[in-house]
Amino acid sequence: MMQHLPVLQVLLPLLGAPLAALLRGRDMAWGLALLLTGAAFLISAILFGLQYSAGEALIYDLGGWPAPLGIVYVIDAASALVLPVVSGLAFVATIAARRLVEAEIDARDHALFYAAWLLTIAGMLGQITTGDAFNIFVFLEISSLSAYALVAMGAGRDRRALPAAFNYLILGTVGATFYVIGLGLLYMLTGTLNLTDLAERLAEVESTRASFTALAFIALGLFLKMALFPLHFWLVPAYAHAPSAVSALMAATATKVSVYVLIRLMFGVFGVEFNGLADAIGLLILTLGIAGAFAGTLAAIIETDLKKLFAQSSIAQLGYMAIGIGAMSMTGLAAAFIHLFNHALMKGALFLAIGAIAAQVGRASMQTIEGAGRQIPITMTAILVGGLALIGVPLTAGFISKVYLVRALLEQNFWLLAALTFISSALALAYVWKIIEAAWLKERPKGAPVLVETPVHYVPAWLMVLATIGFGIFAGPLVDAAYAAAAVFIGGAR
Amino acid sequence: MSSLAGQWNYFLVIALMMIGFYAVIARGNMVKKMVGLTIFQTSVFMLYISMGKVSNGTAPILTGDPQTLYANPLPHVLILTAIVVGVATTAVGYALIIRVYESYGTIEDDELIKMIEAEDAEDSEDMNGETQSA
Amino acid sequence: MLIYALLGLPLIASALVLVLHDRPNLRDGQALFIGLITAGCAIQLYAAPHSETVTLFSLAAGLDVSFTPEPLGKLFALVAGVLWPVATLYTIGYMRGAGEKNHTRFMFFYAIAIHAAMGIALSGNLLTLFVFYEILTFSTYPLVTHKGTPEAVQAGRIYLGILVASSVILLLFGVIGVWVLTGTLDFQSGGILAGHIDPFYVPFLLGLFAFGIGKAALMPLHRWLPAAMVAPTPVSALLHAVAVVKAGVFTVLKVAVYVFGIDFLRETGSSDWLVWVASFSILAASIVAMTKTNLKARLAYSTISQLGYIVLGAALATSLAASGAAVHIAAHAAGKITLFFCAGAIYVAHHLTDIKDMNGLGRVMPVTYTAFAFGALSIIGVPPLAGAWSKIMLMGGALDNGHVLVLGVLMVSSLLNLVYLGEIVLRGFFAKPTHGLKSDDVQEAPLSMLLPLCLTAAMSLALFFAIDMFILDFGG
Repeated sequence: MMQHLPVLQVLLPLLGAPLAALLRGRDMAWGLALLLTGAAFLISAILFGLQYSAGEALIYDLGGWPAPLGIVYVIDAASALVLPVVSGLAFVATIAARRLVEAEIDARDHALFYAAWLLTIAGMLGQITTGDAFNIFVFLEISSLSAYALVAMGAGRDRRALPAAFNYLILGTVGATFYVIGLGLLYMLTGTLNLTDLAERLAEVESTRASFTALAFIALGLFLKMALFPLHFWLVPAYAHAPSAVSALMAATATKVSVYVLIRLMFGVFGVEFNGLADAIGLLILTLGIAGAFAGTLAAIIETDLKKLFAQSSIAQLGYMAIGIGAMSMTGLAAAFIHLFNHALMKGALFLAIGAIAAQVGRASMQTIEGAGRQIPITMTAILVGGLALIGVPLTAGFISKVYLVRALLEQNFWLLAALTFISSALALAYVWKIIEAAWLKERPKGAPVLVETPVHYVPAWLMVLATIGFGIFAGPLVDAAYAAAAVFIGGAR
Repeated sequence: MSSLAGQWNYFLVIALMMIGFYAVIARGNMVKKMVGLTIFQTSVFMLYISMGKVSNGTAPILTGDPQTLYANPLPHVLILTAIVVGVATTAVGYALIIRVYESYGTIEDDELIKMIEAEDAEDSEDMNGETQSA
Repeated sequence: MLIYALLGLPLIASALVLVLHDRPNLRDGQALFIGLITAGCAIQLYAAPHSETVTLFSLAAGLDVSFTPEPLGKLFALVAGVLWPVATLYTIGYMRGAGEKNHTRFMFFYAIAIHAAMGIALSGNLLTLFVFYEILTFSTYPLVTHKGTPEAVQAGRIYLGILVASSVILLLFGVIGVWVLTGTLDFQSGGILAGHIDPFYVPFLLGLFAFGIGKAALMPLHRWLPAAMVAPTPVSALLHAVAVVKAGVFTVLKVAVYVFGIDFLRETGSSDWLVWVASFSILAASIVAMTKTNLKARLAYSTISQLGYIVLGAALATSLAASGAAVHIAAHAAGKITLFFCAGAIYVAHHLTDIKDMNGLGRVMPVTYTAFAFGALSIIGVPPLAGAWSKIMLMGGALDNGHVLVLGVLMVSSLLNLVYLGEIVLRGFFAKPTHGLKSDDVQEAPLSMLLPLCLTAAMSLALFFAIDMFILDFGG
């Protein structure tokens, strides 16, 4: 049983999805989703422990076929770190989903919703675990296709979800296809699809133009999927018009998985030493990252819809992860992993809290939260803490991210970039404080709908808030794990 | 010239790819976009399949004769998967187009953008209106 | 143990404030009581010969939250600890006298701010300092916007905007820069930077700290301080005397002494530019102060000017000047809190805020005005009041370092102080009364406000004679 865990955490939600589609009756599908995501979270936590104590990668041969012939699932320090992030967020989002889905989605569609929900989670977990480059594509499409459907389900409440989902589909498919093109070139060069094998054989053909073209295609495809500026235009409408539960799940996890896949391919297959990688692609990623940090932050400042506001903020935060990657160093990569982890917590907290409001009044905007600080203090405090974490205030997870990110930049003597990073993170204060002022320093307008909060509304968000604070105060284990994950891709001590 | 002749399959693939990609980007009609996307994907299928071709190789069915030269079956298998994915994507895409048409009455990008912008503006107008009354 | 007490007592007080929110007398009484214990602890810590480093917890490897009481930090803890109960007593009187709302919230954040100030005072490394610096910023925000009016909201924006932006963009940059350069964040006597950095870059790094510490209100980052004047007067007292600006200049001083090391600064001449920036801040703020007729605004600019003295002390980079700066933290705290207490007393008793309307008020509020005169004279630097010592020591430090021009700056500044603070006293006692106030009709603020301001005025006097206890030796 134990040796099957690496595949089980993907299989459970994958097989549960058709089952969920068949289930009828109140909350049955939700119960199944909760059970399976809970199981996946438990398994990934166990896997993290196993990998940590083993100190080396756990390899699972699918169907008993060893690599490079068969497809392998790899639990190394990197995937062991990202798996619990995704499955944990999925679990908490599933807890919250019950109320949010009841409020926003037609009862007839609930079973189908949870089927797509489980599929997208399975797809993400699969992308993280698999050690086969083509398998990544398959899981990428599994998670994306179900995500398009999930976004479109927001149409019951807001018909703009439909064109948003369509654009997401077009750009998502283009991104995935770019990835496959790059992969095809790699396969032609090396004759293998196993990631480890690819890395070894690629060294022999490193200086060919085809290998660089392959890298460019793969990177471009993944930039699209991870919504790196300026390829991020699909993201904001998709997050904003999707059902609240879907916004929360995707904001916390979806783009992170693409970031992870990018790291896996760029560093795990091509490697930092790869011809032209550090000069060309690294510089490109750094530039796009900092541009995205500013573009997202500035767009968030003028936004009045909270979902759009925090979606724009996600663009900025993805920019920070990109900066960590672009630094092409051990600390940089570790910083990217730290921020990937922390940002999932913060955005999870924020979108769950916003979802609790949006599910009541239809739309969470600056206007609907006016004076809400007194009516729903616990929910609004969750948004406050999440916002402070985004700015990077000490004792929140965001601070740790920023410290290591800037440290990575300073180690490489990127002084200007470090300064720009600080400036953009300080600008985050503007959009966070707009919310704080609306919620606490304004009176609730007369005739505004009364907002309520019960534990059902705020417990999921607060689980994330507590994690945000917890990992802000005791970040040691996370930092160690992130360095271990970075060490998978970049040799050498810290 | 010899490289062009020897690699004609790639030029074909690239031509198809660009035609499809152009349609995705430049066409405002959602159905045309989907058609472009399908052509784009198909070009990738052909890229894979053509690379599996081995000169003088036969179809990869075991004959028992160790001297038989086979075409590489792996790209075929991969593309079988990719085709399935592509079909699913197309299905979801057309389903979305139908739903968009039902609720907006159009599938032209420019008209849709106008309507969406109007809805966005309505949202913020609501805000101003209610703030004034409050 | 004392460290835990100093950090924990304000937190306990704030928790009890929440618990006792519906019993105002008990709520305020316990805050006062705990404040007195804290003051006792602060005095005991100051008297203790030396204390060891205490590590509370570790964020990650190399990022400890730890506390090391060194002489300078103990002095700041003493200032904050002793002034807290006094300010609490005053707050109780003011909040009830002026009819402000939301006492519980106010008392809660007031105590948290003291907690943060203690954390800054005792911090053992830059990370701890930064953490508590930010806690202080965010915990004082609800105090600044306490009234909830549009002006208060606007002031809050400026307050938070400048303080957070400067600390996040510049200060944190400096902190991480030091970390990357030296591999440590710990404060050590003699500094940690020497030998780890090309002297060419030292002025820039110093700039990151000098301007990153927005709480030190060095021009041009001073705008938040006058803006924050919309807050109730006890907040102004807290901002100006007890916690916020003092935390700022204390941080500048601490960084100069324990991160850069004053010897290193002097030898490399890296802080010369800061001498002139601080001098400019001193003079410019004094001149602006003269143009203000709102009492609190004038006092605010006076504070900006006085903070320049402390930054100047750090920038002069001699032991005498640094020690003078440390003394000035205490001297200015006692003097300026008296002035603000008086301003609040005038507001509560007569609802006056403009200096022009205060003609003849000294005869109506003789106690308040006498205390005000004491505070003003101390700020101006007239013996036998505390401010005289710090000015003398700063002058000595300037001479040590050959900055003769600074002597002129200090003298001109004293004259300007005399003009803009003296005017208030003179108008109060000698000008023809306006507003139909009768001189024989004595009308003072409530006793709970009078008592603190007399106490702090007395402190200004006592400090002059007890100066031996406050002269710290930074070597060099």
